[in-house]
Amino acid sequence: MTVESSRRLPVLLLSLVGGVLLVALLAAVMIGPVDLRPSAVFLEIFDHLPLVDVDSGLDARQAAIVWELRLPRAVLGALVGATLAVAGAAYQGVFRNPLADPYLLGVAAGAGLGATIAIVAVGSGSVLVPIAAFVGAVLAVVATYGLGSAGGGRRTGTTLILAGVAVAAFLTAAQTFVQQRHAETIREVYAWILGRLGTTGWGDVALMAPYAAISIVVIVLHRRLLDVLAVGEDEARTLGVRPERVRTAVVIAATLGTAGAVAASGLIGFVGIVVPHTIRLLVGSSYRAIVPMTVLGGAAFLVLADLVARTALSPSEIPIGVVTAFVGGPFFVVILRTSRRGAQ
Amino acid sequence: MIETQGVVVRYNGRAAVDGVTLSVAPGEWVGLIGPNGAGKSSLLGAISGTVTHDGVVRIAGRPATELGRRAAARAIAVVPQNPVLPEDMDVIDYVLLGRTPHLGYLAAETDADVAVTEAALWDLGIIHLADRPLGSLSGGERQRCVLARALAQEAPVLLLDEPTSALDIGHRQQVLDLVADLRRTRSLAVLAAMHDLTLAAQYADRLALMIDGRITIEGAAGEVLTESTIAAFSGARVSVIKGPDGQIVVVPKRR
Repeated sequence: MTVESSRRLPVLLLSLVGGVLLVALLAAVMIGPVDLRPSAVFLEIFDHLPLVDVDSGLDARQAAIVWELRLPRAVLGALVGATLAVAGAAYQGVFRNPLADPYLLGVAAGAGLGATIAIVAVGSGSVLVPIAAFVGAVLAVVATYGLGSAGGGRRTGTTLILAGVAVAAFLTAAQTFVQQRHAETIREVYAWILGRLGTTGWGDVALMAPYAAISIVVIVLHRRLLDVLAVGEDEARTLGVRPERVRTAVVIAATLGTAGAVAASGLIGFVGIVVPHTIRLLVGSSYRAIVPMTVLGGAAFLVLADLVARTALSPSEIPIGVVTAFVGGPFFVVILRTSRRGAQ
Repeated sequence: MIETQGVVVRYNGRAAVDGVTLSVAPGEWVGLIGPNGAGKSSLLGAISGTVTHDGVVRIAGRPATELGRRAAARAIAVVPQNPVLPEDMDVIDYVLLGRTPHLGYLAAETDADVAVTEAALWDLGIIHLADRPLGSLSGGERQRCVLARALAQEAPVLLLDEPTSALDIGHRQQVLDLVADLRRTRSLAVLAAMHDLTLAAQYADRLALMIDGRITIEGAAGEVLTESTIAAFSGARVSVIKGPDGQIVVVPKRR
């Protein structure tokens, strides 16, 4: 009897995905146009740990490439990937809809409009950009929620998705309008929208970290309650849970995380769908296992995607959103096919 | 164990439950019978606190409104008419959900919770299904999972809403036998809405007939299930006869 194993976290798989994330981070730091010895990179990072002082043998320029360019970018990718993926899993859980993701509900479009207005008004470097993105994201969720329950009908998964599509279309139109009216910032806005991971040192990481931390921590803590919601609102109530309270907390956390991710890295698509569903095929449908796996898996996925984005056509870069869809789509199909075959 | 006093449930002004006063003692099984739309499910919902209602529901002597949501869920376990069974969820994970009212808002399950859950699986004879997804089970096995979840809740009151309507006769009997055993071993107060009058007569200690939101007759099966009352509430033509061991059997008659 293996009852124990299904309740506990899938420790083996978690360490496996954690290992993949570590390898991805190391690869992201080592691979690039400037060749650096892996051992030297190791020592250089090691040197930055508190109380550690070793000589990596890298000169100042090489050390800066490791410490100011590659490492912050990899860490940002991990934070954004983890956040988008776990937000996707959270939305799928609270809305009980496998198609829910941060973008389908209009959250990212709202964040996009907010960020575009901020870029047009005060420039892309301003701290107002993530704040505006967050406000836009929250307004989008509120609008989707309101529309989804308008008309006195029940707020089913389908009406919510439809409402999200409408809200996203409207906000994207508004965003395009603002963008076209301000030709002087169109390049900044475009670069932002296509999704990119910043190369401006630790600033973006510092910007993103609190959003990522709050949303990941809150969603991880709610993972058992996401399972309770899986039996529907009425039954959740008979189990002593207030579904509205869980949904509000999780939606706020996921919205906050998505807003931060979009503000820091633009609209990187597909992560919130492909990662949770791949994880689901590996560990089953319990969010007790899905949520922590998705955090690590999303981080690893985006770090690897960014590695492809900047090396595949080196020296030019492919927008990372293109890579996530281009690589993630077929990968997802393969996973889906093999797992279906395995189940039969 | 549970008492209701003048419970009223209104939907858009219409009273689906219209002043029901009923009590179920520990270890007692009360069968709630009546036609479709008589308000049986609404009454069960009012008792479990998921349907807004007027009147008083007392759980172990205390008004339910004084208990919090979680405390009420520790006292009353519900087996709904159409439970939501997430297809890919493993049986053990599903039954563990029954421990929810015993856990703090963000707490994780402990080994003790798993032990209770495994005991429930064991009692219902589905321990071997623990790691199977719900979607792969038969109707009877699923019904046992729902019962196991209710048992894992360790509540002294069990509300059942047509627990066997989706099952064939053999599985119906199995499930009702299980409930009967559990009620005896755990002294559960059972209130069950039941469609099949013959089975209701066999398993319940007492029957309460509900029509148009009111309880019209309450008592032993022999008092409640007469040909005239059944004809009056259901428009059905039936013969009520005594079975070989003295039990009441309701037989439909063709015109």
